[in-house]
Amino acid sequence: MNQKEYRVSKPISDVIFEIVVVIFLTTFVIVTLYPVINTVALSFNDGIDAVRGGIYLWPRKLSMKNYKTVFAMQNIWVGAKVTVARTVLATLTSLFANALLAFVVSRKRFLFKSQLSLFWVITMYVNGGMIPVFLLYKNLGLTGTFHVYWIPGMISAFNMLVMRTYMEGIPESLEESAQLDGAGYFTIFKDIISPLCKPVYATIALFIAVWQWNSWFDAMLYNRMKTEYTTLQYELMKLLSSVMQQSGSAENAKNGAATITPITIRSAVTVATMLPIICLYPFLQRYFVTGLTIGGVKE
Amino acid sequence: MARNEKKEKKGTQITLKEIKRQWFLMLVAAVVVIYGIIFYYWPLTGWIMAFEQYKPKTGLLHSKFIGLDKFRFLFEDDVFVKTIRNTFAMGVINLVSTTIMAVLFAIILNEVRRAWVKKPIQTISYLPHFLSWIVVTSILHVSLSPTGIINDLLLRFGFIKQAINFFAFPKYFWPIVAFANCWKETGWNAIIYLAAITAIDPALYEAASIDGADRLQKIRYITFPGIKPTFLILLLMNVGNVLNAGFEVQYLLGNGLVQSVSQTIDIYVLKWGISQNDFSLGTAAGLFKSAVSIAIIVIANSIAKRYSEQRLF
Repeated sequence: MNQKEYRVSKPISDVIFEIVVVIFLTTFVIVTLYPVINTVALSFNDGIDAVRGGIYLWPRKLSMKNYKTVFAMQNIWVGAKVTVARTVLATLTSLFANALLAFVVSRKRFLFKSQLSLFWVITMYVNGGMIPVFLLYKNLGLTGTFHVYWIPGMISAFNMLVMRTYMEGIPESLEESAQLDGAGYFTIFKDIISPLCKPVYATIALFIAVWQWNSWFDAMLYNRMKTEYTTLQYELMKLLSSVMQQSGSAENAKNGAATITPITIRSAVTVATMLPIICLYPFLQRYFVTGLTIGGVKE
Repeated sequence: MARNEKKEKKGTQITLKEIKRQWFLMLVAAVVVIYGIIFYYWPLTGWIMAFEQYKPKTGLLHSKFIGLDKFRFLFEDDVFVKTIRNTFAMGVINLVSTTIMAVLFAIILNEVRRAWVKKPIQTISYLPHFLSWIVVTSILHVSLSPTGIINDLLLRFGFIKQAINFFAFPKYFWPIVAFANCWKETGWNAIIYLAAITAIDPALYEAASIDGADRLQKIRYITFPGIKPTFLILLLMNVGNVLNAGFEVQYLLGNGLVQSVSQTIDIYVLKWGISQNDFSLGTAAGLFKSAVSIAIIVIANSIAKRYSEQRLF
């Protein structure tokens, strides 16, 4: 660009610009937060009172009844237990598996380094699709069991590549000096590389945990009949879908109101489902920002 | 770096000693390759189902071969043709709108100098990314309900006379889906753009200031060119996903009244393949989607190769 084209700065344009910035960001924050706060307010409001509408940031008729109703639902507790179990188990196993694979692939002297990388990169672009995968899990006896939640997705090429990029940034000399001291590869992985990889491990652990916590499709597809393996999100989805079908029926489309599950109860389940994540993610922020940026630079 | 000459000795020789030394690496590699073959490569053989009248009893190898019959059925089915249109349209609308929002948000947030304003806004912006689509659609449903905030505002300012049930009219569906995507991912997608902006040499901005550029000009002539490579590479990565960008929201927000615009290929596969047990038809639809996706990636990549230095592979 030709620098001479620039005119002398006009303070007035910058003032207008700053006003636009403030308006944009204020709107952004309101649009992001309002629906969440509104849902929380509704969840603490009396169910019959809420039908009148007009509840914004604060409950009008305070009531704990919604939460009492929700916590009395047996399937919510089952879902919560299964969700916590799958999140913990899958985060541990998947983090370990991806880290170990990333370690192997990032060893410069490893004989099959590039072949192994390619093998996994291909899986990011080509996959069998819903039906063949469904049949595979069925044939392996994974459907209708808890294991379908953690075994199939244990290794993910994307997570592995993010970790590989991070590990490749660690100086090779560390590995070599350990080898001179007689350390094997597992020791190098455990005692030398892993302690240095804490930030990227935290990032990937967060990705896996959130993914697990938020999963519902696998519960619906593989464990629909097994109520003992339902998940929290799937229970919420069932509440929601009964409402969606209702709003799709013709007479309801005309007059709008009336739902099967009261809006307040749904709000209470929604809040209960998202609460752990809202409490946790701000503390992990600094990890995922660096983690994502590393992954991004690589692409 | 004293070790630099070590790197010269690339391409380790395959000797017995080296294999012995690397036994642990080889063991891990062997285990994960077996795992990968089972869970990622084996399902590819299922594509054969698209060309036969698959019956679980007779299995993959002995079911009747029917060639392209399933594909013929698909393209003669008006519902499926509409499904392709919906998937494409929503994929493109979502990609364009989320990209614009992410770039806009990153650029505007970058203009905020005070950290105590910037940090909290950024933290808030990530929040929706961590919520599941179930939670997001549930929240959206509350906001768009006849007693929700949108109807409330529209009524109050006199834009409408009576509350609208937004989920009952096809014309609102695509915009709602686009909004939901923007709401969920703007802050998250902006992370990479913010990182790209941070990497721009501050000296460029200083020089521009000295030449009398105002903030808008600095954005146009420095920030935009600075994030262009990131923008292109992300665009390249995401165009291949255009057809994948349609399942959860559409499935969760769709209903009988808006089916003509809400159904996507994945929902079609689920409906025919899993619910109706026509595995062959479901696979054919899925295979069509995969093939088109791969074609899009390859085309996008070759266009990118021709017109700029950005490419995926």
